Amino acid sequence: MSKYLLNKFLFTVDRDPELVERYREDPRGTVEWWESTRANLVLNCHGGEASTWLRFDDAEREALAAHDYVRLFEMGAHPFLTLTLFIAMFERDYEPLGFQKEYARKLAHMSLPYPDIAT
Amino acid sequence: MAELVAVIASTHHPFYYRASTATGEDRPPFADEWVRKVEAFRETLTRARPDVLVMVGSDHFHQLWLDNMPQFLVGKAPYYDANWYNEEREFGLPRMLFTGQEDLSSHVLREGLDAGFDLAFSNELRIDHSITCPIITLRPQNDLPIVPVYTNIFAPPLPRPKRFVELGRTIRQLVESWPSDQRVAVIGTGHLSLELGGPRQFGPHGPDPEFDAKAVEWIAGGDIEGCLAEVTLDSLHAPGNATHGFMDFMLMMGVAGEGQKADYVDTYDLFHTMEAYFTWYPRGGRS
Repeated sequence: MSKYLLNKFLFTVDRDPELVERYREDPRGTVEWWESTRANLVLNCHGGEASTWLRFDDAEREALAAHDYVRLFEMGAHPFLTLTLFIAMFERDYEPLGFQKEYARKLAHMSLPYPDIAT
Repeated sequence: MAELVAVIASTHHPFYYRASTATGEDRPPFADEWVRKVEAFRETLTRARPDVLVMVGSDHFHQLWLDNMPQFLVGKAPYYDANWYNEEREFGLPRMLFTGQEDLSSHVLREGLDAGFDLAFSNELRIDHSITCPIITLRPQNDLPIVPVYTNIFAPPLPRPKRFVELGRTIRQLVESWPSDQRVAVIGTGHLSLELGGPRQFGPHGPDPEFDAKAVEWIAGGDIEGCLAEVTLDSLHAPGNATHGFMDFMLMMGVAGEGQKADYVDTYDLFHTMEAYFTWYPRGGRS
């Protein structure tokens, strides 16, 4: 399991306006494209110096492809990254703060200690 | 030597800019009182007449990332661009440009390394809302050179609370040993109890009002010892999953000094989180 790679996906998509829209509209396709072309890029290095070993496991890939932020929380993805990206994608569909409150409600079953987010 | 003329600790609420500039139906009901409180807080910096600002904050996964994560980092650059696309998107924050005080950055880095802090540095740093928010609230004319200091309160493993306090003490010594006649204010921002991306987020107030009350008491009374006795990396999970940002307040308590009561204290209970504003005048407001 790679919390790091989940976070890397959330981080690199969140900072790119086009990718935010692409992930909103086509989550499964975006995750597949990202894993095959972006997951191993060392940020700030050209493609010839990419890593060779990073991949999602099936559950991680499915959680991202399903926009399943509850599962991402349970897996220990960084909650700030998940929240920020999902607000960017879905806040627009709700009344003010409506999405954030629903997000909290969907996590209501979680109690302390929360899943470890250390990478 | 340089003079430390003010020590300021504050929350950095990214929604202040939008709330304070909104008009008509878009203006939230809590905005007017919030602006009043912020303007009163601003006056505590203005009256100290600073020439330079040391700005302590924490990058929120903007420039600093898990492939290369420093624990404490000092900017040393002639300029700093500021605010990021996702902060414009979510908070409506404007793009900003700061001037750097490179001489003080060099001094902090050299002397900080010699004092036992292996500080990372950056010669091209785009800073985020942890530093731009307090400029917007405390110095909106943005006319003073800065030295940004970033701490890791975000990506575990984190330094322990005591290390934040020690860095604060060291920053004070470094400012006061800077061979300059400049007047320096140190401004740091963090959080009280806060939950982001968890079940307790965006409630009618901060996730743990009891912790907030205790935290305000520690900070206002300069009770570093009491605070360190209760606050650990583990304990900070309980008030809210983003409460490790409180360690930046502990850093500022270190700058202000053990037992130093704040000269100015104000709070504002908002949805989601409590705002808290503190100012110390190391020379009792003289000079």
